[in-house]
Amino acid sequence: MDRPQGVKYVPAIAEPTQAKFERVPKEEILGHGHLACPGCGAALSMRLALKALGRRVMIAGPACCWAVCDGPWPYSATGVPFLHCAFETAASTACGIRAGLAARGIDDITVMTWAGDGGTFDIGLQALSGAAERNDDFLYVCYDNEAYMNTGVQRSSATPELAWTTTTPPGAMPKLQPKKNMGEIVCAHRAPYFATATVAYPEDLIAKFERAGRTRGFRMIHILSPCPPGWKSEERLGISLARRAVESRVFPLYEVEGGTKWRLTQDPPKRPVAEYLKDQGRFAHLTAAQVRQIQGHVDAEWDVLKGRLETGDRR
Amino acid sequence: MRDVITGNEAVAWGAARARAQVVPAYPITPQTTIIEGIADLIKKGELKAEYIPVESEHSAMAACIGAAYAGARAFTATSSQGLLLMHELLHWAALARVPIVMAEVNRAVAPGWTIWTDQNDSLAQRDTGWIQLYCQDAQEVFDTTVQAFRIAEEVDLPVMIVLDAFVLSHTAEPVDVPDAADVDRFLPPRKPKFVLDVDNPCAFGGLNGPDVYQEFRFNQQASMTAALEAARRSDNDWAKMFGRRYGLIEEYRTEGADTILVASATPASTAQDVVDKLRAKGKKVGLVRVRLFRPFPAVELRKALAGAKRVAVLDRNISPGHHGIFCEELKSALYGMPKAPEVRGFIGGLGGRDLTPDSIEEVFDRAMGPKKEEEIAWIGHKA
Repeated sequence: MDRPQGVKYVPAIAEPTQAKFERVPKEEILGHGHLACPGCGAALSMRLALKALGRRVMIAGPACCWAVCDGPWPYSATGVPFLHCAFETAASTACGIRAGLAARGIDDITVMTWAGDGGTFDIGLQALSGAAERNDDFLYVCYDNEAYMNTGVQRSSATPELAWTTTTPPGAMPKLQPKKNMGEIVCAHRAPYFATATVAYPEDLIAKFERAGRTRGFRMIHILSPCPPGWKSEERLGISLARRAVESRVFPLYEVEGGTKWRLTQDPPKRPVAEYLKDQGRFAHLTAAQVRQIQGHVDAEWDVLKGRLETGDRR
Repeated sequence: MRDVITGNEAVAWGAARARAQVVPAYPITPQTTIIEGIADLIKKGELKAEYIPVESEHSAMAACIGAAYAGARAFTATSSQGLLLMHELLHWAALARVPIVMAEVNRAVAPGWTIWTDQNDSLAQRDTGWIQLYCQDAQEVFDTTVQAFRIAEEVDLPVMIVLDAFVLSHTAEPVDVPDAADVDRFLPPRKPKFVLDVDNPCAFGGLNGPDVYQEFRFNQQASMTAALEAARRSDNDWAKMFGRRYGLIEEYRTEGADTILVASATPASTAQDVVDKLRAKGKKVGLVRVRLFRPFPAVELRKALAGAKRVAVLDRNISPGHHGIFCEELKSALYGMPKAPEVRGFIGGLGGRDLTPDSIEEVFDRAMGPKKEEEIAWIGHKA
C-alpha cells in the first residue's frame, strides 16, 4: 500500500502471528498497586503490551478506567511515561508527542495511546480519524470493555446489541443497534496496521504488539477487555469469556495490513453465541429469540469478515 | 529584515524567529494567513518545524500539549469559534503548566455568522489560566510573539497573543524583523523543567483528591503573579536589544489629565489621535492602553490613573447581564483606592463596527459631560 504523505511508512513485515511463549519477557513493567478491579482485562492487557513493547514507550491516556488504574498523584503504576489527556484527545495528544520527539530528533520511542471504547468509538473518533488519515506515527490502543464503565456502565457505540447498561434498560430502552465496527472504520483509512486482540490469547496479543511496535505510521490494536462489574460476570471468568468471545466469533482475532490485507490470526472451532452470553448478567434478560437474533447477526458479520480474508492465509 | 507585512505575517515571522518546533494548525478566518505564513516560512527554510495539519482546533491544542510534554516549543493560532472549541484544552494547557504560545485573532462569535472583530472570544477565556497580551500594531505583534515564549517558558504558563481581525491581522505596515541570530540571544532554546522521559518515567495529570488539588491552583496563581515580573523583564530585555518597549500598560499624555480613556488593542491607537486633538483644544485628557490583560496589571493601572477625576473604559466586548469586561476588571483593580477616579463604561465596536476617531471623541465627550449616563453607555448604537 503506497502512502505518499506524512511520516515514514514502513510496511509491516509478514511473520508468524503467534509469539513463542518462552520468548515472552519475564520482566514486569506494569507495577504493583494499580487500581484496576479484580479480573480487569485492561490490566492484563497493559501488562502484556508492555512486555511486548519494552520500556521505550510513552503513553497518552485519556479519560477512561486507566486514568484511575494508573494510580493517584504522585503515584503511577504503568511503569512508562504517562501523559493524562482530555477525553477526546488520545490521538491528537499522541500525535503531538510524536511531533515533539521528532522536532528534538528522538526517533526510538513507541508513542502509544491507551483509551477506552468511549474515548475511541464515541468522543475521540474525530481525532482518531484525523490521525489515521494523516498516518501519524503512533500506536492507538483501545481496550474495549463495551460501555462507559468508569462512570458506572452507560452504553457506548461499542456496546453489543441488547446488552444491559444503566442507559439501556432492557424492555424500556434496549440497545437495538449493533456494535460499531472499528476495524472497518480504521481500515477505510488504509492505516498501515490494524489488529484485534484479547487477553485469552496472550501469545497472539503479544505478537501483535511486537509487530505494531516495529511498524511505522498509524497503527491500532483493538482489545476486547472483559469487565466483571460492567458485564456482571464473575471475576474468575474474564479469560474464559474473552476466549468464548473469539470462539463464538463475536470478537474474531484478525490483523490487517494497509487496510486491505486481512487475515485471521486465530480460528478455533465455532461455539454457539449462547455459550458466550450465558455467564454475563448484562445478557441475562435475553429471550431465546433474542439470542437467535444475535447469533444471526454474528454469523452475518462473520461472512462479511470471511469475504475480506486473503485466500489461503487462514491459520 | 524590514518589510511591509500584515499583522498575521508578523505573527508567522515571530513564530519563525522564536524557532517554534511544532505547529499544529487548523484554518479559520481571519487567522488562516498566519498558518499559511508559517507553512510558507517552513517551505522557504526560515523555520524548521513539525507542521501538523490537524482536523480541528481542539486537536491543535491537544497536539500542542503533547508536543510541549515531549519537550518541544509549540505554537498555534486560532480565532473565535476555533478558540471556543479549544476552551476545554485551554484550561488543560494552563493546569498542565505547558509554555504554549498561541496567536488569537479577535473575531466576534456567531450566530449570526461574522468574521469581524470584537473581543468576546478571547475574553471568554479569561479564567482559563492563560496569560493574555493585546497588541495594537504589526511591529508589536512580531515583538510580542517572540516575547511571549520567554514569558511562557519562564513561568510555565501558556501565553495568548491577541490581535484584532482585519484592522490588524490583514493590515500591512512596516515591520522590523531582526536577524535570527539576534533573536536567539534573546530567546535561547527551550529547557523544559519537566518532560516525558523513558529514563525517568512519570505520570502527568493523574488523579487528584481534595487533599492536593487546591495546591496546584495555588501554584498556578503564584506563577501568574510571577508572570507580571516575567513580562516586565521580557519587555525590558527586548528594549535593550531591539530598542522597542511596550510595558504592561502604555500611557499616552496622562500627565495632568482629568479624564483618561482606558482602551485596548487597535482602538487605543486611534485614540491617540483623538487625545492629541482634544489636548490641542485645551482638554485635559489622556489615554491608557491595557496590553497585558492576564495577569491583570492592577498596580500599574492604579498608578497611571491616580491623578484622574474620571476614567472612561472603552470595551469592544460585553459580559451579557453585566458590563464591559475591561471596565469591570478596572473597577475591581481600583476598588479601595483613596480618591479613586469615577469609572464609566462604554461599549461599542461589536462585531467589527468601526471605532472611528469621532466615536472615540464621543466617548470622551460623554465621559466629561454633565449628563449622568446609563449603567452601560453604548457607542455607535443604532437605536
